[in-house]
Amino acid sequence: MMDKMIFGRYVPAQSIIHRLDPRSKLLMIFLFVCIVFIANNPATYALLVVYTFLMVSLSKVPFRFIIAGLKPVLWLVLFTMLLHLFLTKEGEIIFQAGWFKIYEEGLRQGIFISMRFFLLILMTSILTLTTTPIEITDGLESLLHPLNKVKFPVHELALMMSISLRFIPTLMQETDKIMKAQTARGVDFTSGPIKERMKAIIPLLIPLFVSSFKRAEELATAMEARGYRGGEGRTKYRQLSWGFKDTFMLLLLVLLALLLFLLRT
Amino acid sequence: MSMKPLVQLNNVSFQYDIQENYALQDVSFEIYEGEWLAIVGHNGSGKSTLAKLLNGLQYPQEGTITVDGMLLSEETVWETRRMIGMVFQNPDNQFVGTTVQDDVAFGLENNGIARDDMIERVNSSLNKVKMAQFLDQEPHHLSGGQKQRVAIAGVIALRPSVIILDEATSMLDPRGREEVLETVRELKETHNMTVISITHDLEEAAKADRIIVMNKGKLYREGTPEEIFQMDEELVKLGLDIPFPVKMSKLLKEQGISLSRHFLSEEELVAELWTSYYNK
Repeated sequence: MMDKMIFGRYVPAQSIIHRLDPRSKLLMIFLFVCIVFIANNPATYALLVVYTFLMVSLSKVPFRFIIAGLKPVLWLVLFTMLLHLFLTKEGEIIFQAGWFKIYEEGLRQGIFISMRFFLLILMTSILTLTTTPIEITDGLESLLHPLNKVKFPVHELALMMSISLRFIPTLMQETDKIMKAQTARGVDFTSGPIKERMKAIIPLLIPLFVSSFKRAEELATAMEARGYRGGEGRTKYRQLSWGFKDTFMLLLLVLLALLLFLLRT
Repeated sequence: MSMKPLVQLNNVSFQYDIQENYALQDVSFEIYEGEWLAIVGHNGSGKSTLAKLLNGLQYPQEGTITVDGMLLSEETVWETRRMIGMVFQNPDNQFVGTTVQDDVAFGLENNGIARDDMIERVNSSLNKVKMAQFLDQEPHHLSGGQKQRVAIAGVIALRPSVIILDEATSMLDPRGREEVLETVRELKETHNMTVISITHDLEEAAKADRIIVMNKGKLYREGTPEEIFQMDEELVKLGLDIPFPVKMSKLLKEQGISLSRHFLSEEELVAELWTSYYNK
């Protein structure tokens, strides 16, 4: 169950999007988040939709994975849409039933804002579906590297992230084991009222915390024994490579931004 | 086996802050180049503290430790750690990287090894522990024995002269244990590596060149496995279990069956027994 939540994210495939440098993907997402706000009429939104679907098809991720990723946030999108639909009171009335009125501007806003939302979520899912968590970590470390100058602990942060990623499956296995052990001792995790079920979590969490602290201490000792003394003087085994395709994709996005500027009203 | 002392402990004493008793008291011995030394003892005998001191994770309050002629202190600790690699008890809690190759590279990264050299060392050390086909595997898909072999690869990638196994096989199943010990044995043969195995498993210790028995923070006895197992009941009193073949030979002797000596391995004992009729 929990396995799918986190590991079901990355879908291995051989696509151009998969092979892009994580740095260019991160930069693209960042840029995309900004330029989504340039769009303000049907033509610009149509352009964004075309671009997004181009990216989706280039990624070669099966459609069901994308749908599965979107499902939980679809309600939020729908909710935003309804909120705009009911609360905006501008333009002509296009629908009226007693006191209940829908205005033209409300419909417009509702569609645009939820579309914006939808596209953003779609693009970020493409990032997580085509990039392994460790690649994202490496990309972030490299992009944030300049912050080292202002004493921001970039290396430490990246190491923390990669160690957390490495320990997620281990802790999952452990949770499973403790759960079984506690079930054998009569704890019921699956039935009863919410309040009871919340209480049942406590005998799961406490042993998990205790063992995690023990793990952390042992890991720190092991790291020290293997010569870890912070980021200084350290070399890196993993290497990122920025290629022509990265520059090209980034330029494509810049081109999109320019087009949006020209077409907006 | 040469008799050049590689590591020397001189009157080492150590006490943990919160405890009244010494964890180690006035311990002196030498570790020779290329030998397999087993340090055995009951829980709390000070054997794990000894491992921490050798790696500079703790410093002795009294006495000195020298590694290859270099006095172990805060200044020399990083150099020492490069020379003395350590494999810990829990296979999971020493796996730092997200994949096998990342984990082996971790120690190399720490020591600032250039990337080209790093790739070569990662591959060759994984080859040596026969884990080369698992390069991109994640730790939760590996068995305990495989994880320990990766840990060994991580240690030998730094080309140390000594490898310490701190109860490294105690959490493994018999097969994993044999895998790990076999790997270390091969490394010792081919690379003239010095091995210190800290254990409470006397079967494992029986295969060492030399055994040191620790008790209550003191060096209790030192000798070859044959000499140590002569102690019989004394070992049991120290909370250690005598290996089955040793126990068996003793019982057979008591029954009046004459054996040429104490046997440390089952094969040797069996061979003696089934040939004994002819050799009479």
